[in-house]
Amino acid sequence: MINKYPLWKSLMVVFILMFGALYALPNYYGEDHAVQISGKRGLEVSASTLDTVRSELDKQSIKFSSVVLEDGQILIRFEDYENQKKAQEKLIPVLGDQYSVALNLTPATPEWLDNLGAVPMKLGLDLSGGVHFLMEVDMKTAMDRAKLNMSDTFKAKLREEKIRYKRVAEVGNGVEVELRSIEDLEQAETILKRIDPGYVFVDDEDSLTLKVTMSDQKIKETRENAISQNITIIRNRVNELGVAEPLVQRQGQKHIVVELPGVQDTAKAKEILGATATLSFHMVDQQGDPISAANGRVPPGSFVVNDKNNQPVLLKKRAILTGEHIVGANSGRDQQTQQPAVFVDLDATGGDKMSRGTRGNVGKPMATVFIESVATGEKNPDGSLKFRKEMEVISVATIQSRLGRSFQITGERSPASAHNLALLLRAGALIAPIAIVEERTVGPSLGAENVQLGLQAIMWGFALVLAFMMIYYRKFGVVANLALAANLILIVGIMSLIPGATLTLPGMAGIVLTVGMAVDANVLIFERIREELRDGQSVQQSIHRGYDAAFSTIFDANITTLIAAIILFAVGTGPIKGFAVTLSIGIVTSMFTSIIGTRAVVNAIWGGKKLDKLSI
Amino acid sequence: MQLLKLKDTVAFMSFRKPAVIFSLVLIIASIASLATNKLNLGLDFTGGTLIEVGFEQPANLGEIRQIMEQGGHEDAVVQLFGSANDVLIRLGQRENVKAEMLGNEILSLLKDGTSQNVEMRRIEFVGANVGEELTEQGGLAMLTALICILIYVAFRFEWRFALGSVAALAHDVILTLGLFSFLQLEFDLTVLAAILAVIGYSLNDTIVVSDRIRENFRKIRKGTPEEVINISLTQTLSRTLITSLTTFLVLLALFFKGGALIHGFATALLFGIFVGTYSSIYVASTVALGLGISKEDLIPEVIEKEGADQEEFMP
Repeated sequence: MINKYPLWKSLMVVFILMFGALYALPNYYGEDHAVQISGKRGLEVSASTLDTVRSELDKQSIKFSSVVLEDGQILIRFEDYENQKKAQEKLIPVLGDQYSVALNLTPATPEWLDNLGAVPMKLGLDLSGGVHFLMEVDMKTAMDRAKLNMSDTFKAKLREEKIRYKRVAEVGNGVEVELRSIEDLEQAETILKRIDPGYVFVDDEDSLTLKVTMSDQKIKETRENAISQNITIIRNRVNELGVAEPLVQRQGQKHIVVELPGVQDTAKAKEILGATATLSFHMVDQQGDPISAANGRVPPGSFVVNDKNNQPVLLKKRAILTGEHIVGANSGRDQQTQQPAVFVDLDATGGDKMSRGTRGNVGKPMATVFIESVATGEKNPDGSLKFRKEMEVISVATIQSRLGRSFQITGERSPASAHNLALLLRAGALIAPIAIVEERTVGPSLGAENVQLGLQAIMWGFALVLAFMMIYYRKFGVVANLALAANLILIVGIMSLIPGATLTLPGMAGIVLTVGMAVDANVLIFERIREELRDGQSVQQSIHRGYDAAFSTIFDANITTLIAAIILFAVGTGPIKGFAVTLSIGIVTSMFTSIIGTRAVVNAIWGGKKLDKLSI
Repeated sequence: MQLLKLKDTVAFMSFRKPAVIFSLVLIIASIASLATNKLNLGLDFTGGTLIEVGFEQPANLGEIRQIMEQGGHEDAVVQLFGSANDVLIRLGQRENVKAEMLGNEILSLLKDGTSQNVEMRRIEFVGANVGEELTEQGGLAMLTALICILIYVAFRFEWRFALGSVAALAHDVILTLGLFSFLQLEFDLTVLAAILAVIGYSLNDTIVVSDRIRENFRKIRKGTPEEVINISLTQTLSRTLITSLTTFLVLLALFFKGGALIHGFATALLFGIFVGTYSSIYVASTVALGLGISKEDLIPEVIEKEGADQEEFMP
């Protein structure tokens, strides 16, 4: 019999809709303002911290709706933004350096839904407020570092094998090794080739040189490494900032996206994320004259760096130690002088280097140099950003005794700057400098306003379409409207279910557009049914043929739009991506609701009956 | 209820010559406007800094311009955004990237200068080469979309339809770009997204029409291609109008209720729906007809030879 769905098909429609509704439900409950307290560097929050937090909140008489200790984190929920902000301000000094106190918006989802894994949609920064950074990794420095590493390894290997060489130098995009004889050349080539299959060797027997370059594969690897290491380090830094639910993600060849929802203090965020700080330790060159060196007469093997008061200091070029060996850093005060100090811990190699470097130099001055890479805003001919190394001597201290794996540096102006320095050192030096090339900050009130406006637009659009469809197609219009509502619920449900999907303002626009376009399938079907009726077909036949004939049209039209949406998603960024997500989900769900969904309803109401007239 | 009661077939295709001239004139005008006026590219593409601030009282733009000038930002463009209390300030590209700190600097400049409480609503800073990449990416996105669609339609229908629908898409995109250039409306990433949505929408329309043409070529044995196309367009006309109307309604809601940030998006789509509807009727079909589409191209050969299933194809 035509126009009868088998039971399983109707049940499937009901089941899918219920499933969608269930996962869309958490969005109805909204979010609570919350403060999230977690320990830094693996430290667990204990019950005693919970007591401290409680008593502090009571003391300041800040109203909160609940406070729980869960998964080693404390979550305090508040009724409003003011109390949340106030609580964060008051709790930071009480809890101190060991904990991060982050503002958070926590879903107010009831527990039973939470247990089903149902969570609200993630809101984009334009809706939640916060900062978005796009960072560019300086690939030139990364490649330079790789070359430096190459030449260092070669030198060490040749020395180890007791092959005498004239010169090992970084030239162009590779390293040149000049040897003393043909035999040495051949021997060196065999040995060096074993180091890394990614190196390409060209030997020139006339000049006794080996030209070594990196293979394309190796270059690609090096670039990939630079990006992934930077991402790791930025993640660490973001964690130090104490942001709830941050996003750190690679984008394209050399970019990293960082999104910090809810962050308002962008200056601090930038300072910590953008600065690529490292330290290096050098002996002070006591023979030379810093003043004349500052005027250009620099003794060979030395260089000049200014200190905080802009006075030149002459340093030995060879560093005793560089930043990559630092494994930990804390701020505090020097026990004797009470000056702000940074306590540094080194790894084993670093400890060895430090102890070797300082052994013969007790009583002599050693300088701590702070090195920061800053983007100049100019570009290299190849389009990459230019970076400038800014160096500053932050302290010159007399070595009291041989230094080992932990020591302290003084010379920071304030406890706050000592704290920041410790934070930077701890988070690790970046392999290659990064620059913020894009920044977008959205205030919390604007975010809330955007949500409200978007919802209003959706509601108005929805209402207008519902009214039109009902007037135009009467009972069938009501069926189409049901499909439209179901479609909206399914979009929200799927958006909530997909972990990577984020709702943005253009995304909301995409939903509005879907509402407008989703009726298209039903319009196609209904117009077909009318045509069939006009041609004198029976009611049942008309319904059947209408659905049948419209199907291939709907399918073709939607598939092509879906292709466009998927391409948008693949190549687009930011708002384009947000729009593509809702549009493509909307296309798929609207096909389901307007073809299969309405058919189920139409069959249930009109199917299998003898009808002379149809209200369409 | 019915929007149109059409007894006879509308002779759409007899107007195709004036339509072609009309479209060509508009396309040439759009390209001319794009060449002379260019697009008023937004921050996303040009780079620079944009700051949106909210005042407690209606803002005095003259005063703010003066403050900006005194603060050394002579290039600042100051305008209202959304309401009388919200002000948008645009600054060009600065030499040093430290200009990222600009937002805070300007905020304090305004606070001191107006002695009003100023609320930061939004700060956007985009480096110059990011914009370049975006332009490249956006163009690439559109090109890839067009090519993929071309392949799909050619595969599912026929190459003449594929060229017809892609011509319709290009037509819509060029006209929408032309409108933005002519009115000097700001062209940012959301507008680009809207244009891509126009592609989707216009395509939807075109496919529906092409589908019907294909069907009718198989069904209607008599009649010239022109007549078949006219019949198909007439049959799909009410659907085309209804869908355009509902989409238009929701876009109106978006335009009036969606807020200032989404205005460009809504404008592009509203216009796009218009030209999309027009182009699905005229451009796509005209191109397919001009390329000499005929019955034979759309009827599977096997059926022709066997002469079977004739009944099914008779009207």
